[in-house]
Amino acid sequence: MTDFLMPSLGADMERGTLVEWRIRAGDAVKRGDVVALVETEKGLIEIEIWMDGTVESLLVSEGATVPVGAVLATIRGSEAAAALPGAAAAPPVVERPPAPPLPPVAGPAPRAPAVLAPSAHPAAGAEPRRRVSPAARKRALDLGVDLAAVTGTGEGGAVTSADVERAAAARREAAPAVPAPADRQAAMRRAIAAAMARSKREIPHYYLGTHVDMTAALAWLAAENQRRPVTERLLYSVLLLRAVALAAREVPEMNGFWGNDVFRAATGVHVGVAISLRQGGLVAPAIHDVDQKPLDQLMREMLDLVQRARTGVLRSSEVSDATITVTNLGEQGVELVWGVIYPPQVALVGFGKVIERPWASAGALGVRPVIAATLAGDHRASDGHRGGRFLAIIDRLLQEPEKL
Amino acid sequence: MTQDQLRDTVLRVLAAVAPEADLAAIDPGTDLRDQLDIDSVDFLNFVVGLHNALGVDVPEADYPQLSSIDACVVYLAAKLG
Repeated sequence: MTDFLMPSLGADMERGTLVEWRIRAGDAVKRGDVVALVETEKGLIEIEIWMDGTVESLLVSEGATVPVGAVLATIRGSEAAAALPGAAAAPPVVERPPAPPLPPVAGPAPRAPAVLAPSAHPAAGAEPRRRVSPAARKRALDLGVDLAAVTGTGEGGAVTSADVERAAAARREAAPAVPAPADRQAAMRRAIAAAMARSKREIPHYYLGTHVDMTAALAWLAAENQRRPVTERLLYSVLLLRAVALAAREVPEMNGFWGNDVFRAATGVHVGVAISLRQGGLVAPAIHDVDQKPLDQLMREMLDLVQRARTGVLRSSEVSDATITVTNLGEQGVELVWGVIYPPQVALVGFGKVIERPWASAGALGVRPVIAATLAGDHRASDGHRGGRFLAIIDRLLQEPEKL
Repeated sequence: MTQDQLRDTVLRVLAAVAPEADLAAIDPGTDLRDQLDIDSVDFLNFVVGLHNALGVDVPEADYPQLSSIDACVVYLAAKLG
């Protein structure tokens, strides 16, 4: 029997609220399955399980807030491996002893709106058949009302729009367990503050920058996109991601974690993509194995990731697995980014805006589209010489976009 | 498809890309990217959404013609002609 624990989704996370179970006792689960929805400072996260087995029992009820490391469920499994996301890809740095399991803080668990589109997540168990008018169903989705909890007053006990409105009003009067958007934003701000303050306190950053001629990359991209249907079109940011990942493979000191006074290189290259949220705040979920995937697949994954980060739910492996992070602030017109490393990672690559500049090459002056690539490196894990080589490789790779 | 239906479709696709935006408050004549803080990834998701909803494949060179809600309606009406 294995304990399934509230995972740590980043060094700054202390607790999480179990919003919804997607499994029940007796269910078979396999590695990678989403088993629960958890509210954290980073928003709602789908928690994946990292072992195969059968659910023995669920120990925490929906709506409960528990510390990281608390036992959520027990799994009878074939593997005895710990059921912590991230453990497979790279051992996360243990920052403190696991928190002792506290009695869960009880609270009602209204469903979070906007993320529980039924089409996206088939219900874990059979829902009793009941009649719901299409208008009521849509209203329930809009208001984030759980139809199972609504009393129907229509013909034959059917649920009507008015019933849904009443349920939503009643819920508004009850104390919400899932934080209101303002609280959620404040919590995210605190999480960013904690991580960035720790970074600046502990990480001796060094900074390097170079200008990369984007003529070849953009010309290749324009030609590709002209012959591609809209659903397969590429953005130049995916070329940057791929170049960073391939360079990280060549300079492994950039790709991994610092903890307990040693650097541990990661086995895979999982690139965190800094994504700003329109309502404020920032997340940097990872795209896995960027060095192993073709551009088309990376593009699809990036579009999906950005959309989910901004509108829906991220998965636990995405928020905890990044081995290096890329931030691209060019769209805001920024020319240069001097980044803050996300601990326990050891490098952050920044890209600015593509700008046309006078560019001397082979003794002639021309005008070229140029992007500034910067590296914030952890001087405990690497030195400027290796950082310089890393940036030079990114530059070289971007000169041959057809090989990316 | 009428202009109103087109407008509804554009707004629906936008809402899927930027659900937290107050679409009712958008000025249909001014720049979408500025008003909604839409970046190139969102914009591509928007163009793909239009393709899925209407079957219109907008070439990259035409992106500037999708600058506002009004402009989208005019452009798409011409495309669907």
